[in-house]
Amino acid sequence: MSHSHLDHEAHNAEAIAEIKKVTIILSVFTVIELILGFWMISMTSVGLKLAIKGTIVILMMAKAFYIVAYFMHLKHEVKNLIMTIIVPLLLFVWFIGAFLWDGNSFRNLRNDYDTYFKEQATIKVEKKEEDHEAVKHEATDAKHEDAEAKHETTDAKHDAKPAVEPYY
Amino acid sequence: MSTTTTASPNEAKLWGGGKSPFNSEYGKVMMWYFLMSDAFTFGAFLISYGTVRFSTNGWPNSNEVFRSFPFAPAGVHAPLVFVSIMTFILIISSVTMVLAVHAGKNMDKQGVVRNMILTIIGGLAFLSCQAWEWNHLFHEGAWWGSNPFLNADGTASSTNFTNFFFTITGFHGFHVFSGVVINIIMLIMTLMDKFEQRGHYLMIEKAGLYWHFVDLVWVFVFTIFYLL
Repeated sequence: MSHSHLDHEAHNAEAIAEIKKVTIILSVFTVIELILGFWMISMTSVGLKLAIKGTIVILMMAKAFYIVAYFMHLKHEVKNLIMTIIVPLLLFVWFIGAFLWDGNSFRNLRNDYDTYFKEQATIKVEKKEEDHEAVKHEATDAKHEDAEAKHETTDAKHDAKPAVEPYY
Repeated sequence: MSTTTTASPNEAKLWGGGKSPFNSEYGKVMMWYFLMSDAFTFGAFLISYGTVRFSTNGWPNSNEVFRSFPFAPAGVHAPLVFVSIMTFILIISSVTMVLAVHAGKNMDKQGVVRNMILTIIGGLAFLSCQAWEWNHLFHEGAWWGSNPFLNADGTASSTNFTNFFFTITGFHGFHVFSGVVINIIMLIMTLMDKFEQRGHYLMIEKAGLYWHFVDLVWVFVFTIFYLL
């Protein structure tokens, strides 16, 4: 009786220690991700940026592993159950690879054959306040043609604060 | 870990009939398969976002789009700050959910109630943050079909950016909302001693799986929209 009670206590302490450990790991990984994100803001080197993005993706996958394995307890399930869940998810490997490849190929094709598409990517849009506001109001009006009251309030807001910074 | 290693000598017995070969309750196994299908839904959304982004020449810089936080003085911009608060709220609420499940395994009703309340508060805090951010972006002119932001290189941006942002964070936010509703129901059932009568808190475990999945999806949404 007392033996099983002790066993239970030990198991309890173990489980709590595991929760603490995983919490710390998740927090540390998130902080590292954020530090990398802040570092990337003022970065100009494309290669280094890509390397950091790769690191962030690896950290993201690690966080996903810790959540699924420990918080969702999958690591402690029977192996057959784990396999019925993990094996179908392997489809994502093909899914991500194929679709990103396809998107990239579509961009290249359009840049080769669609001159308008290519041209649009070289024309800088005017960042001036007036133009920008006008564009925005047009967009808002088109969106809420029937909701008169709504864009009246939006207009009023912008009129009251003409010194809003450009969004870019 | 110890359960799986000790289970292996009994593996033949697991498939010998008379008990669950997955050594797990039916509802829990089905919750896992539901979450797997939900993972494919979110995966499809995020992969289509990636495909469209790869097929477009320019894209807005997330640090210029998501740079506000509540009560910020005018002109002060802090990219990543608000979203990191949201991320930590969800991680912490996931931890309290684990603690609720753990308390349930020990038949500790007080522990379940306390941690479920904390989890619900975390979920509501996250939803409030998201409501604030959506409202803020809407007043900047961003919505489905309307994108006030320019690409990072100063060229005109398509509405794909806002369409995907609002659709995917909206779908995730709806999952958080459902999770909060489920957690509230679980809390009420705990207070009504439903689980004490049943003799187990397995329902808390199933609600917990759903809640962790919501946190898991946010790990991906947060990284893809705000960091990459």
